[in-house]
Amino acid sequence: MAMQEMLIWIANASYFLAAVLFILGIKRMASPVTARKGIVQAGIGMVIATLATFAITGGHNIGLILLGIAIGVIPTWLWGKKVAMTDMPQMVALFNGMGGGSAAAIGAGELLKFSHPGSAPAMTTIGLAVLGALIGSVSMTGSIIAWAKLDGRMDKRFNFAGQQVFNFLILAAAIVAGLALIFWQVDARLIIAFFALALLFGVLMTLPIGGADMPVVISLFNALTGLAVAFEGYVMNIPALIIAGTVVGAAGTFLTQLMAKAMNRPISGVLFSNFGGGGSGEAIEGSQKPIEASDAAALLYMAEKVIIVPGYGMAVAQAQHKIWELSQALIKAGKEVKFAIHPVAGRMPGHMNVLLAEAGVPYDLIADMDDINPEFKTCDVSIVIGANDVVNPAAKTDKSSPIYGMPILNVVDSRQTIVIKRGKGTGFAGIENALFYADNTRLLYADGKEAANQLISELKGIEGGGGH
Amino acid sequence: MIDGFLALYIFMLAAFTGKEIIGRVPVILHTPLMSGSNFVHGIVLVGAMIALAHAESTLAITIGFIGVILGAGNAAGGYVVTERMLEMFKSSKDKK
Repeated sequence: MAMQEMLIWIANASYFLAAVLFILGIKRMASPVTARKGIVQAGIGMVIATLATFAITGGHNIGLILLGIAIGVIPTWLWGKKVAMTDMPQMVALFNGMGGGSAAAIGAGELLKFSHPGSAPAMTTIGLAVLGALIGSVSMTGSIIAWAKLDGRMDKRFNFAGQQVFNFLILAAAIVAGLALIFWQVDARLIIAFFALALLFGVLMTLPIGGADMPVVISLFNALTGLAVAFEGYVMNIPALIIAGTVVGAAGTFLTQLMAKAMNRPISGVLFSNFGGGGSGEAIEGSQKPIEASDAAALLYMAEKVIIVPGYGMAVAQAQHKIWELSQALIKAGKEVKFAIHPVAGRMPGHMNVLLAEAGVPYDLIADMDDINPEFKTCDVSIVIGANDVVNPAAKTDKSSPIYGMPILNVVDSRQTIVIKRGKGTGFAGIENALFYADNTRLLYADGKEAANQLISELKGIEGGGGH
Repeated sequence: MIDGFLALYIFMLAAFTGKEIIGRVPVILHTPLMSGSNFVHGIVLVGAMIALAHAESTLAITIGFIGVILGAGNAAGGYVVTERMLEMFKSSKDKK
């Protein structure tokens, strides 16, 4: 017995240590200098907590536990090692869905236990088990739909008449079933109905949401999974789960707000309406003026300060390595080069930074929107590649535009703008871009990678010709 | 069992901690951070392991087993992708 008590003490001490390591780890991830150490630290916390758990499981079902861990770890580890950086958003969605599912499974197991006659605990405990199970289930199926959509496995949207009312009724039914579990009795059939409704609601609430809004949704599900873990942690009586889950829940909620703000989409708008449903904006006067790569290279050659504005289109074209090569050539020629990143560039906030980092761009050349916006006035040439809505001045000037009010990069202020674009299409939101029609904007119609290649060789040609 | 109010205090303090430590994160790290916090709630694995260890009936064992697989997947996958992303962040000084 003394042995057993000591093992429990060791496990509890390990959980405490893990909680400290998680908080320190996340804090260290706040700076690019220490971020790598931060995740390693959190990882050590996870390993300590997992090993300590073996001490208190007393060897029950140990074979199954080890087998389950192996089945969970090996494929995700291998997959995570080789997945492309552009696919990160859906990977986060998928792993998050797994966490939600795990929390829901814990809830299901506990509720099942409570359903035996005479074993129902305090109402608070049942309540939190139900709440955690509800949130975890919604987060799981919702994340799977988000993953499928981002991975291109599912049509962009799924709408039908009365959808919102129908979804609300399903959620209401799930809540009623949950309340019945808490206040009436923990009945096995009721548990099944409750989970079926909760899982269904996760699918239904995510189906109508378009790809553009998905980052906000994933972030929200991430926060929700954190909360579900915290609630089940209370039920299981493990403070480490309460702390880690709540920290993630709070951090995730805050991050979701930041993202929604950057996209000018209230969270309620993301969840309950469709994107781009508003006005189509004013028609734009003028024409798009094309430019050849040789002339564009000449503009760059004469510039002193160049700002590159990459969007997700650049990553789709796999042009980031070539763009960095071009930047290096410009830096070598003595020019000041900076990268301007909109908060929602890429497919989620910060995604573009990851893609640029992968190409080898040092993070000190990358500037956030608020820092770089005043600098466009003194910039000789801006290069916009694969970005569209985030540089559209209509967001500031045209009240009828669906993106009115969204913060944008003030590329329109720079002396010259070169837009690298494959064709004349509109952006994600399907809106014409006034920047493309501006007097000092030239369009270089080409694939991103090809355009960067041409600019590099033209630039070499000019330098080789040796005017200076 | 943790006392109700004690749990409430833990919850409140952890919530403030979560918001505070995120508040200082630059936008460039938002994606790795979302991924990193996604990894941290992989701690749910510990709860699933304990649930499986205490499970008696076939149904409870099955549910616990699924919980362990999913929790382990969350933790392992979340770690690998976060670490891969953060490994790439280098400044111009690091390269020279």
